[in-house]
Amino acid sequence: MPTHSFILNGERVSVDIEDDVRLLWVLRDVLGVTGPKYGCGLRVCMACTSHLNGKAFNPCSVPVSALGESDEVTTIEGLAATSGQDLHPMQEAWIDTDVAQCGYCQPGQIMTAVAKVEQARAEGRSLTDADFDEIRNICRCGTYHRIREAIAAGAAKM
Amino acid sequence: MTQYSRPPRPEEPGPQHPGRRRFLGYVLAAPTLVAAAQIGGTALAPQTARAAGLPTLPQPSELYDLNDLLTDAALPTSGLITVTVNADGTASFALPRAEVGQGITTSSAMLIAEELDLPLDKITVTLADARPELLFNQLTGGSNTTISTYTPIRVAASVARGRLLRAASQVLGDAVDTLTVEAGVITGSGGRSVGYGELAVRAAGAGVEPVAVTLKPASRFTVIGTPQGRIDARDIVTGRKQFAMDLAVPDALPTMVCRPPTINGTVKAVANTAAVAAMPGVTDVAVVSTGVAVRARTFGQCVDAVRALEVTWGPGTEDGRSDADVLKELRAAEIPLLVPAVPLLAKTIDADFTFWFASNSALEPNCAVADVRSGSAEVWAGLKSPIVAQEAIAAELGLPVASVTVHVTQSGGSFGRKLFPDAAVEAAVVSRAMGKPVKLMWHRTDEFRQGRTHPMSTARVRATVLLGQVLTYEQRHTSVSTDFSHGLGEIITALAAKLPVGDLTFSETVFELTQQSPYDFGVTTQLLNEVDTGFNTGSMRNIYSPNVRTAQELVVDRIGEALGKDPYQVRDAFLKDDRTRAVLEKVALDGSWGRAMEPGTAQGIAIHTEYHGAVAVLTEIDCRPATTGRQITDACTGPRVTKVVCAVDVGLAVNPTGLRAQMMGGIMDGIAMALTSSLHLTDGYFQEGSWDDYFYTRQWNTPPELDITVMPPTTGVPGGAGEFGVAAAMASAACAYTRATGSMPTAFPVNHDGPLGFTPLPTVPPIPQSPTDGLDHVS
Repeated sequence: MPTHSFILNGERVSVDIEDDVRLLWVLRDVLGVTGPKYGCGLRVCMACTSHLNGKAFNPCSVPVSALGESDEVTTIEGLAATSGQDLHPMQEAWIDTDVAQCGYCQPGQIMTAVAKVEQARAEGRSLTDADFDEIRNICRCGTYHRIREAIAAGAAKM
Repeated sequence: MTQYSRPPRPEEPGPQHPGRRRFLGYVLAAPTLVAAAQIGGTALAPQTARAAGLPTLPQPSELYDLNDLLTDAALPTSGLITVTVNADGTASFALPRAEVGQGITTSSAMLIAEELDLPLDKITVTLADARPELLFNQLTGGSNTTISTYTPIRVAASVARGRLLRAASQVLGDAVDTLTVEAGVITGSGGRSVGYGELAVRAAGAGVEPVAVTLKPASRFTVIGTPQGRIDARDIVTGRKQFAMDLAVPDALPTMVCRPPTINGTVKAVANTAAVAAMPGVTDVAVVSTGVAVRARTFGQCVDAVRALEVTWGPGTEDGRSDADVLKELRAAEIPLLVPAVPLLAKTIDADFTFWFASNSALEPNCAVADVRSGSAEVWAGLKSPIVAQEAIAAELGLPVASVTVHVTQSGGSFGRKLFPDAAVEAAVVSRAMGKPVKLMWHRTDEFRQGRTHPMSTARVRATVLLGQVLTYEQRHTSVSTDFSHGLGEIITALAAKLPVGDLTFSETVFELTQQSPYDFGVTTQLLNEVDTGFNTGSMRNIYSPNVRTAQELVVDRIGEALGKDPYQVRDAFLKDDRTRAVLEKVALDGSWGRAMEPGTAQGIAIHTEYHGAVAVLTEIDCRPATTGRQITDACTGPRVTKVVCAVDVGLAVNPTGLRAQMMGGIMDGIAMALTSSLHLTDGYFQEGSWDDYFYTRQWNTPPELDITVMPPTTGVPGGAGEFGVAAAMASAACAYTRATGSMPTAFPVNHDGPLGFTPLPTVPPIPQSPTDGLDHVS
């Protein structure tokens, strides 16, 4: 069985698993990292959204063999550390805005939000309603409006 | 004025109840202080009616509604709800309800914080395992949790506080009435103080001891009615909140079921069991009644195995049938409208609506962990009816109920889906078949195709108007049968004798107990008929109300036209109840009702009364081509609700922040039900198989402007919240759409009859493979 090695939340991990198993299941079922959630396995609901080298991606649609040894995967569990604080400013904004209801989609929402802000910042602009309209993450509790408020608040502190 | 609104509940001091009632609680024998209470309350009587328009005789749900049923069912059987004070100064409470996102762990903690004078962050609320002795009182539904637990939770906390004071009196040497309490610390007259933690053991009971308590009056509330964030917010944003599939139960490996290509199809034969069992990671393959179960090291390998299975399937329960066939069946079952004798000059308004199938699937799919051993079973799942789950699993496995332990986990949403223990029973069956623990999860595609649905229904409405009055209002709701076998049925059976609805079926009883016409429209009848039990159905958030209400509110606008009144004026003129009129006026004012709008855009306004409360929603919609023609990949754009203004009166909002959240969610549901979200039945199966097929509201459908007002307390006691926003929001969006387009839709959602907005996934294999191109979509 092949061995796969990458950096997960700042620490090197090695996993013995078949090449084609999607990273979501390596994280959840093998490594016990359960922050990224399953909602479809089709890169549609975005509940598993995490970061690959600082950008948003969906582990449900990446075979573990596609990762290289130097790739850095950050899940919601590792987000705070990237800011050097107990909580990332976006997590703080989520608490301050009391965004969550059931909370199932929110790790993915937060990871999407952080990447979205970074992306806009790299393009030298701030987020608009049009950017919010592009977010694909499903929230079946319908917290969408608070998500918009929290992203704006979190962005201001990032 | 008024009328049919409920009098204040007897436990609250009000004009009719000058004295403050004392409640009975208990101290139980335990190592630290454990205080307990049973649900209290008395039956209610209707007040005399008075109305502005032609008086309408009260409908059953105005006298006694579904929440009264659920609350009364809990009266003699609630067993004991216990609040424990721990030696570390914290308090803990195991709530016999399911937290599915509605915020009841937070609001329950607030009730304890209020009565115990302990900070919210020192209170832990967990979810109780199935407790069969609670009988009917462990069902989470009908937005009833706060209504039925508001008093007993406070009584238990009050008993605990009294005991702590008594213990402090002994420690400090001061009389109880000289002590003050603040944030879990009791201070005596000399300034010495002692914390709850130091008193927890001393205050413990040696036996069961009844204690009478008086609850804190509303005038002294410092927690109830204040906005509070969710107690699990930090766990959620850090990924620490655990749902069923996040639990690390030893040896419970991922398990999925290969399901039939048509609804409720059955397994006839499997051609390649051994080959699939030998696939990478796969440990077991077993045929069960719902399909072919596979267990593997990862869910990814379960997906591979499900797709590789070669199964010969037997017929399902709806093979070959499509939307049009079911609609024909419903039409044939419609109870005729009977126009009573009205003057010849009366104008008749007829309307006819179809509401297509919808999915109540949550984002967390059906899932459960089960470990069935010889002679016992242990199950973990998000369950709104855990006792029903426990009994069903015991029956399925041939075990005594006491040998089945059912743990209620936090749920990733419900919307009605978690009323049924489908996954828990299936997991138990699979665990027994394999002889191993399993972590069973449904695939998303199965959720839409084999999961329960909000049944298709039709509404026929006829109203007659003459000389500025509405003489008659008739509504006939005809629906594919709704499954209420999750425990409501038992409750209805138990209380049948006291219901004001006579000898009706379970569904008719629920309908009669939830549906009320909030208008004085003369002779009013609203009836239900149901057909076809071949579908997997269940309540979807707010059950019948969104569809019934949408039909009525659209007709109210037409009645207004006939009477020369705009939608606001006609409601204001005919509403029975002042609480409803107040929320209507609030949204009209805050939403600038009647402001000039561009062609192709419009406002709509609608109200709803249920759960001992009143809600109004004003919607602005944009149906102009530039908006409806927005191009977003794999998305349903369509008309955009650009603004929603909502006002809600639940009597007393325990947590206004939580109530606002529930209303926001209900608004998103209502928009979806009016405009975008439905299932298409074709040839015996539903076409939808992913969230890009089933068009629940997404960010691009979300109103950029949203304003929700929680009205100040009116009745002084909490009504229901969880489902309350949906009906008025759906109706309001439908009314706005009608005014913007100049044409009243006859079917909902309005996009259902258009070209299918997606390419249906295959049915064999039943689930799609996950993509492999994720690295091409890094952003």
